[in-house]
Amino acid sequence: MDMDWMAWTAPTAIFFLCIALMLAGMTVWEVVSPTVEAKGFLPMRTTRGDRLFIGLLGSAFIHLGWLAATDASLWGASAVSLVWIALVIRFG
Amino acid sequence: MDKVQDNRAWFLIIPVFLIVAFSAVVPLMTVVNYSVQEIFGPGQTFFVGTEWFEAVLKDERLHDALVRQIIYSLAVLAIEIPLGILIALGMPGGRSAKTSLTLVLLALPLLIPFNVVGTIWQIFGRGDIGLLGATFRAIGIDYNYTNNSAHAWVTVLVMDVWHWTSLVALLCYAGLQSIPPAFYQAAKIDGASKWAVFRYIQLPKMRGVLIIAVLLRFMDSFMIYTEPFVLTGGGPGNSTTFLSQYLTQMAVGQFDIGKAAAFSIVYFLIVLLFSFIFYTIITRTGEGEKK
Repeated sequence: MDMDWMAWTAPTAIFFLCIALMLAGMTVWEVVSPTVEAKGFLPMRTTRGDRLFIGLLGSAFIHLGWLAATDASLWGASAVSLVWIALVIRFG
Repeated sequence: MDKVQDNRAWFLIIPVFLIVAFSAVVPLMTVVNYSVQEIFGPGQTFFVGTEWFEAVLKDERLHDALVRQIIYSLAVLAIEIPLGILIALGMPGGRSAKTSLTLVLLALPLLIPFNVVGTIWQIFGRGDIGLLGATFRAIGIDYNYTNNSAHAWVTVLVMDVWHWTSLVALLCYAGLQSIPPAFYQAAKIDGASKWAVFRYIQLPKMRGVLIIAVLLRFMDSFMIYTEPFVLTGGGPGNSTTFLSQYLTQMAVGQFDIGKAAAFSIVYFLIVLLFSFIFYTIITRTGEGEKK
């Protein structure tokens, strides 16, 4: 099937592949070990999926904030985002 | 008897999954692809990285439109939600001609297409031929939504309240109708005041529909385009130019597809964030009630 109309680029393809792998991984994790709602530093009880969503949404805003505030390399924002996601998933 | 675990029911969501993928996920992925490229035409694309996002995030007009949009959406919620609840509380219950008539009257504004609503209010507000504009002039108020920002804002806001409060009222009414009479009888025996009945019976029972009402009204008002476009065209100046209109100018007017795509993603993330915050606050309030 011709996918030219979607104007794919290598970075966006890798980005969506990561998201797809993450969702697949979460599905397998859920089947192997079903999630239990837990209360961490976030102000509400969350499941593992909730925490991933909050982590990803927060990461998007970290990247946008980084772009708006500094001219430094975007890898810095990615590093901060990874730490943020790990914190939310583990302690959120 | 042990509960039978059967995951085959998951197959039933495949049609929905396919429809959502086709109508939402694939277009969104395409927009993400566009947002990192300069688009000159079909097949003429050049990778520019995060350039468009930087341009959008540093765009003063966008900041102004965003502030305007947030104020507008919060004003819409602050007016339409309490007003909708009040109307629902005042509506006749049971099955009667009065109930049917009220429901039909309330549903009328919801049936009118968005561009027609804009046109109705455009004529309604005109000082020469419109009832509202002429009335204001007759009582000495120099009302003119085409050259006064405050008047334009109030008109756009009132138009939205007129168009959409019915939706909130109908949702709340459905919530109120689902309350069993036994609740009211118990409250009467306890000598509960009208406020106590509202606070401890009606409001908690309306929680589900209120979540839907707040989310729908927030998302709709945050993405409003047609009505202000027809009524004021975004003016006077840029005073009623909201995010959608600015986005359309960028994508269709200037054919700046890459920048408009980056703008769309930022816009989408803002809507997602606010919806998540509202949803969390409302569902948490409900958890408190249950405890």
